Amino acid sequence: MWSSLFVRLPKRRKFLATLVALALLVPASFAIARGETPEPASPAAPAAPAAEAPEAGAATETPKAPPASAAPETGEAPKAPPADAAPETGEAPKTPPADAAPEAGEAPKKNLRVVYLGKEYPEPLPLSYAEKPITDKGIQGARLMLKEGNQAGNLVGHSFELIEAIVPENGDVVAKAKEVLAAGERFIIADLEPADLLAVADLPDAKDAIILNIRSSATSLRQEDCRVNVLHVIPDYAMRADALGQYLVWKKWPRWFVIRRDTPEDKDYLAQVKRAATRFGGKVVSEKVYDLPPGARNLDSGHQQIQAQIPMVTEEAYDHDAVWVLNSDDDFGDYLMYRTYLPRPVVGTQGLQATSWDKSYTESGAMHFQNAIPRLAKRPPVERDYTAWLAFRSIADSAMKSGKTSPAEVKAYMLSPEFKLEGFKGQAMSFRAWDHQMRQPIILGGGTRVPVSTSPQEGFLHPTNVTDTLGFDAPETKCKFK
Amino acid sequence: MNSSKLAIALGASLLLCAAPASAATIFVSNEKDNTITVLNGETLETIKTIKVSRRPRGIVLSPDFKELFVAAGDGDIMDVIDTKTLEVTRQLESGPDPELMAVDSTGQIIYIANEDDSLVTIMDIKSGEVVGEVPVGVEPEGMTVSSDDRYTAATSESTSMAHIIDNKTRNLVGNILVDSRPREAKFTKDKKELWVSSEVGGTISIVDTSNWDNPKSWKVVKKIGFEVEGVRPEQLQPVGMDFSADGKLMFVPLGPSNRVAVIDTATKEVKDYILVGQRPWHGELGPDGKKYYVANGLTNDITIIDVESLKAEKSVPVGRLPWGVAIMP
Repeated sequence: MWSSLFVRLPKRRKFLATLVALALLVPASFAIARGETPEPASPAAPAAPAAEAPEAGAATETPKAPPASAAPETGEAPKAPPADAAPETGEAPKTPPADAAPEAGEAPKKNLRVVYLGKEYPEPLPLSYAEKPITDKGIQGARLMLKEGNQAGNLVGHSFELIEAIVPENGDVVAKAKEVLAAGERFIIADLEPADLLAVADLPDAKDAIILNIRSSATSLRQEDCRVNVLHVIPDYAMRADALGQYLVWKKWPRWFVIRRDTPEDKDYLAQVKRAATRFGGKVVSEKVYDLPPGARNLDSGHQQIQAQIPMVTEEAYDHDAVWVLNSDDDFGDYLMYRTYLPRPVVGTQGLQATSWDKSYTESGAMHFQNAIPRLAKRPPVERDYTAWLAFRSIADSAMKSGKTSPAEVKAYMLSPEFKLEGFKGQAMSFRAWDHQMRQPIILGGGTRVPVSTSPQEGFLHPTNVTDTLGFDAPETKCKFK
Repeated sequence: MNSSKLAIALGASLLLCAAPASAATIFVSNEKDNTITVLNGETLETIKTIKVSRRPRGIVLSPDFKELFVAAGDGDIMDVIDTKTLEVTRQLESGPDPELMAVDSTGQIIYIANEDDSLVTIMDIKSGEVVGEVPVGVEPEGMTVSSDDRYTAATSESTSMAHIIDNKTRNLVGNILVDSRPREAKFTKDKKELWVSSEVGGTISIVDTSNWDNPKSWKVVKKIGFEVEGVRPEQLQPVGMDFSADGKLMFVPLGPSNRVAVIDTATKEVKDYILVGQRPWHGELGPDGKKYYVANGLTNDITIIDVESLKAEKSVPVGRLPWGVAIMP
């Protein structure tokens, strides 16, 4: 296994050469990034709420520089936060230190408004009745960062507001986006599925906006469907497959059996698992679509049926070292564990998962986030809370460190080498210039009380940044920003 | 070591146990064991393992060396150990999740970073009474008091700032943005500089404090980076910082790179990198300034570095996940 890895090295050399060539192009791509974001729409001159806005009363226009603590109730929140969480949300630090106040008083605070744009898509029900469906994934992370951003900003003359623009399941999120864009908003945290995300990104008014994708792992959004005004905080399926693939190859478990549903997400993930196999020396030896209906959630004897069924559906696979389950709808994956025909570990969307947050993760100061979200949300954090927090943090950090608040200037800083974001991963995170994907270590966990590992794994080399062994590297990108 | 030498060493350590008067005593906090390891500074043998509250990290001695303060983060308390009896004699209500602290030169006031509450708690050591609370940035950690007791500097890990507290008015009088995840801050003795280590940013920021009366004017004037051939740059993460006795050197444990960097404080250049155990975070100079003791979190030991030759001399096992070091003459 190891020898096969090292044999692959010369190939990576080619990568290096291409990468060096690409590195020379990087400044040019920055220039493009800067060039295409023209004059920021002045937040001081918001247009009247757009006529086609479905809920006229919901216009989120805000006064120019309201006090930091005015933030929480700015936007109408369709999902009313728990009553006791509301005051806490946007509250500036307990008591503004007396002596710091004059400092803040010297000049008006530089205010920056962030829109959380989302839609109440139907969420898959958890497989177990013991787990409650979570309806506020993501927004709670943004609310936490609003609090923390103001706490920090208060000390250095910045303030932040959060406008919660979440439409109901049958609502029109593109219309909502038009409305907030018409009001002059340009910083958007997008809790959106790919089609909606692209529709919003392609709106004329969104041209100079910064849209941070916190929800979708679709690789096409980083590849052929990339947009220059969109940045991806959440890892894509390519990064996830590479993170798990590296670990399995490191474990010397290179033969993989993939069992999956046939949703677009699962097909996407499958393609990335195959790509990871090619990159790292693994092999998909068998592949199966699990097409039995998702029953058994409601059957008393469900476990008995499953116990008999799973060995049967996994029996026909060629001998393998690990089972990849690709089941983004979360309706059968957990049944595989301890029930497969051969005794094999399960990885993928259930079992051992590649994720940017896990409830078992405690390293590099992570306990701060593990403790802070439950205080706000009365539940443990999930991945989308973390990506929303990180997206807002990218904006807040860039604004405070650069001292700027215009979309063009904040974006320029976010894509510059100075941008080094801390987010409990033990190393600085930043955005890849070629597809705007955030480079980040990936936690391998889920279902275990302590995390199993963090990728990139030891021994997978890269000429410039080992974290770029996860996902699409510069030479492989199909993204062409227009 | 031959048997007669061993016997002498053993005898000596027994003697010292009985009357720990001459040799230094080394205290190491073991984050995962919930204990403090007490070592004889000369023989480097364990004298005692003291059970403390949950998750001990920061440890600091009182200026008269009579008491050792132990911040127990998950215990939400600060244990106080009598350095003579080596027993926990009392507890201070530190506020939630204490991580690091600093004691002023009079030994009257302790400044405690409450990581989870974004607060600096100011406490009267004798009475245990909280005399002030200063809200700072998110996740405060590093704490240090200037040599004249006038200012306390606190670093907030999530907010990436060094906060300056006026110790008389107990107000925040300055906030300085530094690189990501600042872990510790130290004033130079001459009050001309404040050094701040940024773990994730991978730098040490040097703040010019020569305009001592006006902290608002303090600015970062230089950043020191680290570079070791064959080591990934993101592994060079400065955490603790300790000036040598003469102030000419700064020792900086570099976490996952398993090294301690030595900086020449005059030129601000890195002079050397010393290989130690795994994940060193904090260390301490011995009382005579001749040795530097650094705790290696992942190898469960401390490494002793000779200050003159800048060589790692020896490693000694302690408890699990050792975090901080304090040394009593």
